[in-house]
Amino acid sequence: MKLPIVDSEQGSSRAVDRERLDDVVIRFAGDSGDGMQVTGSQFTSTSALIGNDLATFPDFPAEIRAPAGTLPGVSAFQVRIADYDIHTPGDAPDVLVAMNPAALKVNLGDLRPNGILIVNTDEFVERNLKKAGYERSPLEDGSLDAYRLFQVPLATLTRRALEDSGLDAKAVERCKNFFALGMAYWLFSRPIEPTLRFLAKKFGARPEIADANARAMKAGWNFCDITEAFQTRYEVMPAKLAPGVYRNVTGSTALALGLVAASRRSGLPLFQGAYPITPASDLLHELAQLKSFGVTTFQAEDEIAAICAAIGASFGGALAVTSTSGPGLALKSEALNLAVMVELPLVVVDIQRGGPSTGLPTKTEQADLLFALYGRNNESPLPVLAAASPADCFDLAIEACRLAVRYMTPVILLSDGYLANGSEPWRLPELDRLPDFPVEFRTSPEGFAPFLRDPETLARPWALPGTAGLEHRIGGLEKQDGSGNVSYDPANHEHMVRLRAEKIARIAREIPPLEVDGEPAGELLVLGWGSTAGAITGAVNLARRQGLPVSRAHLRHLNPFPANLGEVLARFERVLVPEMNLGQLAFLLQGRFLKPVISFPKVQGKPFFRNEVLEKIQAVLGGSR
Amino acid sequence: MSGSTTLSKKDFQTDQEVRWCPGCGDYAILSAVQAVFPELGVPRERFVVVSGIGCSSRFPYYMNTFGFHTIHGRAPAVATGLKVARPDLEVWIATGDGDALSIGGNHLIHALRRNVGVKILMFNNRIYGLTKGQYSPTSEAGKRTKSSPFGSVDHPFNALSVAIGAGATFVARSIDVLQAHLKETLRAAAAHRGTAFVEIYQNCNIFNDKAFAHLTEKEVRDDALVHLETGKPMVFGKGRDRGIRLKGTELEVIRFADGFGPDDCLVWDDRRSNPAIAFMVAQMGRPDFPTPIGVLRRVDKSTFETGMVGQIERETEKRGVGNLQQLIHSGDLWTVHEDGTIS
Repeated sequence: MKLPIVDSEQGSSRAVDRERLDDVVIRFAGDSGDGMQVTGSQFTSTSALIGNDLATFPDFPAEIRAPAGTLPGVSAFQVRIADYDIHTPGDAPDVLVAMNPAALKVNLGDLRPNGILIVNTDEFVERNLKKAGYERSPLEDGSLDAYRLFQVPLATLTRRALEDSGLDAKAVERCKNFFALGMAYWLFSRPIEPTLRFLAKKFGARPEIADANARAMKAGWNFCDITEAFQTRYEVMPAKLAPGVYRNVTGSTALALGLVAASRRSGLPLFQGAYPITPASDLLHELAQLKSFGVTTFQAEDEIAAICAAIGASFGGALAVTSTSGPGLALKSEALNLAVMVELPLVVVDIQRGGPSTGLPTKTEQADLLFALYGRNNESPLPVLAAASPADCFDLAIEACRLAVRYMTPVILLSDGYLANGSEPWRLPELDRLPDFPVEFRTSPEGFAPFLRDPETLARPWALPGTAGLEHRIGGLEKQDGSGNVSYDPANHEHMVRLRAEKIARIAREIPPLEVDGEPAGELLVLGWGSTAGAITGAVNLARRQGLPVSRAHLRHLNPFPANLGEVLARFERVLVPEMNLGQLAFLLQGRFLKPVISFPKVQGKPFFRNEVLEKIQAVLGGSR
Repeated sequence: MSGSTTLSKKDFQTDQEVRWCPGCGDYAILSAVQAVFPELGVPRERFVVVSGIGCSSRFPYYMNTFGFHTIHGRAPAVATGLKVARPDLEVWIATGDGDALSIGGNHLIHALRRNVGVKILMFNNRIYGLTKGQYSPTSEAGKRTKSSPFGSVDHPFNALSVAIGAGATFVARSIDVLQAHLKETLRAAAAHRGTAFVEIYQNCNIFNDKAFAHLTEKEVRDDALVHLETGKPMVFGKGRDRGIRLKGTELEVIRFADGFGPDDCLVWDDRRSNPAIAFMVAQMGRPDFPTPIGVLRRVDKSTFETGMVGQIERETEKRGVGNLQQLIHSGDLWTVHEDGTIS
């Protein structure tokens, strides 16, 4: 079959049904080498340009290329597009594209009944079926009857489309994900031009590759267009988002941009010390590109050196950042305490992942909360912030830097794998409305001592090497308040321990009070932190539509807490705390406020589904009626 | 204190009571450093002394410069960040054999391979002093200490070999009690661009007394040490009656009484590009050879901070100073208008 290439990408060449959807979830799943992440990203970018609200959830294995065709090698990218404001990448996919039997096996359980299932039949041969643990082909045994199954020989069709491309068989094979993308574009009425532009840019030096992928995509589009099996095209209209300029952004990118913005607003050059670790490496990659912004990225020999170099740079007057994930944070603990002790500004980004130990490197979790607060020897107070969404990483990166330099303290900023890799539309900020916090170093030797304090913030002066008359020594030994001289005096030690705690506690004076979404008091408050914001918001909104009396609040400051938190908790009969750990925030709240809360843990390396939270809300409230 | 003011040793002394044990070799090293710093023509405020943990690492508290007493083994990492952020500073590291070669071994070798422009003074007393006398990574095999009552079964590091193996561009050794030699070595280190690694044999009179007496006692000193001086033959001995020559791929001691002379000796050159001979000389010592002191290796290589800063400068030149507005507005953008339309 030779496929005609149509010019008009939007219009179909035949009469098909059109169906409008308000909300659809699509998952592309294949082998790690099948390019599912690129396929999903392209579908996402194009949908963003149409004006859909969206949320994405890339889900890939830790192994770069697990043996082809095996279950551990399956990589997936889920994207949800909607014509209204959404908060999560969706619970169950409406559409599943499965590039091989393993991808089908791993993902089929999530597909909703009567969902669209597109399978690449070329891979459903005995060897691959066996690898995926199928005794018989699911395409033939009726086990897929509950779905709208489309069997497409994707590789064969791609090969035919690229017969005269001059590329070798391997290169042609690699284009089949774009055939699938073309099919998805037809089904969901998306234009192909943005992806054509992407291909031209990405493969600028190798136009034959760009051309082959473009042809594969068009072939996929045409295949749907002329194949009578596809009777319906779906449309998802633009969402009504607040006016403004938007781009789609992942948490990693937003965080990098936030750090650069903080560098500009503080007037300090950015220094990042990092050691490669999943899922935090992307932040290093992003910042390494930005040298023309005066950004220094130091890929250290290990996690310890990464934070130590950042501390050294901070001593020298840089805006210092170190980024890592849980195992790396463990290695950094001692040095982090040095920063606490010498009171130098530092931002530590922890992009949490499943654990303990190596755990689930590419999966998400929120189980470093207590570790961030208390995972250091002795009394070691420092501010802890947690971003609520990919775009929120931008704002909180700036806030973390602001607090670090204003209070002369290390700050931990918590993100997680879901936020770092997930994306959402981001309404771009107006730069002149970002917080401005120009840093003034101590320059006058008059009355200088390294641990004299600002009466309001209790911060000590930042006195840089190279400033005449300010020569002084700092270190990890306990010091006399004021002079900074080494001191073993018992009373001074307790004074310093209390003082370091008070300095951090005072930050509560200037962080925004916790806002309650919904009724300010009542039967149930759902309180979350970090990346659960989307699922909780979606669930609470649905519950309210069902008439349930439920309010919602979300913590971005975990230490210190907003000053009004205790009072907010007291206004509700019950407090439900969903989190991706065994109840760490719940533990903190109960310890701090003596308020019983209902912990709702999920520790599966996966974010909450909206419906899970909704059902919990229903159960909690139902139990009271 | 500005650069034009003449500084003296006193300017580098602090008001802090020095708390090393009376008789500790660290006093001599402190004195030599305080004597050399004023000679370097650098304003006092541009010196930073960074240290880790251990007796030697109390050093910054006694130097009236900027100072940072960090954590065990991490001084090279902290100093690397500082030097990259502030190449204008003169960053010196005070460390010990346990701090640099045991807990901090990783940072040491990576600072050396990167050629960060810092000076590393490694006080080697071949013992853990601050923790009261355990064997260290430079303690000789069989060493009996509190933690090795039946003798240590560890093979020790040769610090110079480690440094040369890690690609260090400046490697030297001196001894606490040889003040003139120590100062000369410090001056050479100060003049070097890139990482200067100086091992300083230092006596711990409490936990490892006389560890270097076989090198430093007046009667044996000349026979036990060979001074490495570039351009000069490797001659040593009380009557300067012996030397070191290269025979095939081995070094050997030759006696002038056997008909050899200085012309038969290896002429020392610390600038050989191939580190092999420096590595062989670093291995010399008891019982077959005298112990070498002086500069073993001194070669030019681009420094880490120059490379890091250079990239920023080149990128900035190429692209102009980064525009944050443009950066944030990069990628595919769309605009949602007041009336809900999208473009």
